Amino acid sequence: MSFYDYYSGYKDIDVYEFFKTLTDCDIQSIINKNNINEYEFLALLSPRAENFLEQIAQKAHQLSLQHFGRTIQLFTPMYVANHCVNKCAYCSFNAENKITRKAMTMEEVDQEARAISATGLKHILFLTGESRTKSSVAYICEVAQVLKKYFDSISIEIYPLTVEEYEQVAAAGVDGFCMYQEVYNEEIYDRVHLAGPKKDYRFRLEAPDRACQAKMRSASIGALLGLYDWRSEAFATGLHAYYLRNTYSDVEIAIGVPRIRPHVGVFDEVGVVSDESLVQIMLAYRLLLPNSGITVTTRESRDFRDNLIPLGVTKMSAGVTTEVGGHTSSNSTDSQFEIADSRSVSEMKQAILNHGYQPVFKNWMAV
Amino acid sequence: MDKLIIGGVELRSRLFVGTGKFANDNIIPAVIENSQAQVITMALRRVDIGAKQENVMDYIPQECILLPNTSGARNAEEAVRIARLAKAMGCGNWVKIEVISDNKYLLPDNQETVKATEILAKEGFVVLPYISPDLMTAKRLVDAGAAAVMPLGSPIGTNRGLRTKELLQIIIDEIDIPVVVDAGIGKPSEAAEAMEMGASAVLVNTAIATSADPVKMAQAFALAVKAGRIARIAKLGPESHYAQPSSPLTGFLNRGAL
Repeated sequence: MSFYDYYSGYKDIDVYEFFKTLTDCDIQSIINKNNINEYEFLALLSPRAENFLEQIAQKAHQLSLQHFGRTIQLFTPMYVANHCVNKCAYCSFNAENKITRKAMTMEEVDQEARAISATGLKHILFLTGESRTKSSVAYICEVAQVLKKYFDSISIEIYPLTVEEYEQVAAAGVDGFCMYQEVYNEEIYDRVHLAGPKKDYRFRLEAPDRACQAKMRSASIGALLGLYDWRSEAFATGLHAYYLRNTYSDVEIAIGVPRIRPHVGVFDEVGVVSDESLVQIMLAYRLLLPNSGITVTTRESRDFRDNLIPLGVTKMSAGVTTEVGGHTSSNSTDSQFEIADSRSVSEMKQAILNHGYQPVFKNWMAV
Repeated sequence: MDKLIIGGVELRSRLFVGTGKFANDNIIPAVIENSQAQVITMALRRVDIGAKQENVMDYIPQECILLPNTSGARNAEEAVRIARLAKAMGCGNWVKIEVISDNKYLLPDNQETVKATEILAKEGFVVLPYISPDLMTAKRLVDAGAAAVMPLGSPIGTNRGLRTKELLQIIIDEIDIPVVVDAGIGKPSEAAEAMEMGASAVLVNTAIATSADPVKMAQAFALAVKAGRIARIAKLGPESHYAQPSSPLTGFLNRGAL
């Protein structure tokens, strides 16, 4: 069984019909519980739960403090290649978009890594587009081996691999896996992924299963919020994390909460996910999974990110560029999306300290 | 004399403290000072020797005994590698074995912990294994060469106190090496309770680190651990489930003797 099979038992639930059955009393008793199940989690995503946001926030704060203390883990993404064979309606790296394409050489990876490492960061997430010729598995392994000299933890956000391939990249030094399903609704998924291997919904949906089977240390997942009804998508994402946590109990699971950002592209049917809704989603994740990571990237604005700190965020990016080579800036390319918080690592560090939290640079080492 | 000796060292404090979860590491020296703790644990995964950014080790006074833990290890093999790395990094030869392969309840894997202890004790480490309170595991750890055992009071980070009290008492009563109650202690009164039960020491982190005033809380724990230990030595008065009435129901039976 994979998540695809598990999810098939839930995907036809009419969440809005379910929401109609909820009373204030239900929401209150869910907040008071120690461990909540998947339907109680869904209830926390309901319009009715919006009236209880402060209470849910208090509970989420308390759970986060218990499991993570006052700490925020810092990392930065590093774009190593943007060649892509997919046509995703919402992405600037879309194969049809006329942007500068590049795959960094190992010398460039080394330079970029050195520049990032000089900021003190020890955790890196490296990204590529989907191109099995321009950024092959062998290329990914080579990049990981270079990064190993500079970082204690290396995560990848690349195209989906097989179990054997995940084992190969793990052997090369990768310990973290990150992949967003983008949208869990299969119909919308098919509509926004116009062409390319990414059209294979199931192969992507089961990628976290395969990464966990390959014994990755951590796995991050998420939906790109705004592509479809956020309550349904957050429900699917929570189920996915819940399933992974229960199935692969030795892997640290984390959830990202990316909202769609302006990009070079054609898709304009973006649904609005308000700040309040994003907070509601994050808090519901925390109550369902008290000790899972929650990542907030620089897609969000500076003020909004700062305000999220006590609500259960555990990982934040800093010193971000979404361009290939952006950290050394000599030959950088077009960006994947516009970032909303351009603070440097030292500025982020200070902001976190100002909020009474400790910025954590290192939380793993290769063993 | 009331001595606690672990790894050949006579310890002056029965309170061990952890260094995780603080809002700012620069509070750690004051916490250690006020806790009067001598044994300080830190996750090796967080240690960054020669860091450009801050390193938790910079805040631990020289005279303390470092107890690096293997947090993040999912099996014996990883725990062994982390322990060796700790030694190579200059953290001494004490190690707290922490093997967790369950990310839901964060309960330790006793079987893997025994395996890691066997290997590391043979290599000359002073091994303090963190376990779910189970008597047979504790006995195997004694045979494996553990310097102490560290059973949990309740799941880590929960501040829920000594939920495993009955099992802890059995281990305290049956095991001849020091028993350090680790994890779950949320209040000074619970630390005192563990000491009254006969624990050799307690390890506290979350309760101090997430308190509004960690320095004061460290002091409160220091006092509670001392009080509990003194009470243990003084021997608690016997407990009775019934009040002792001044006019007992069977008093008439002795009347004839008056």
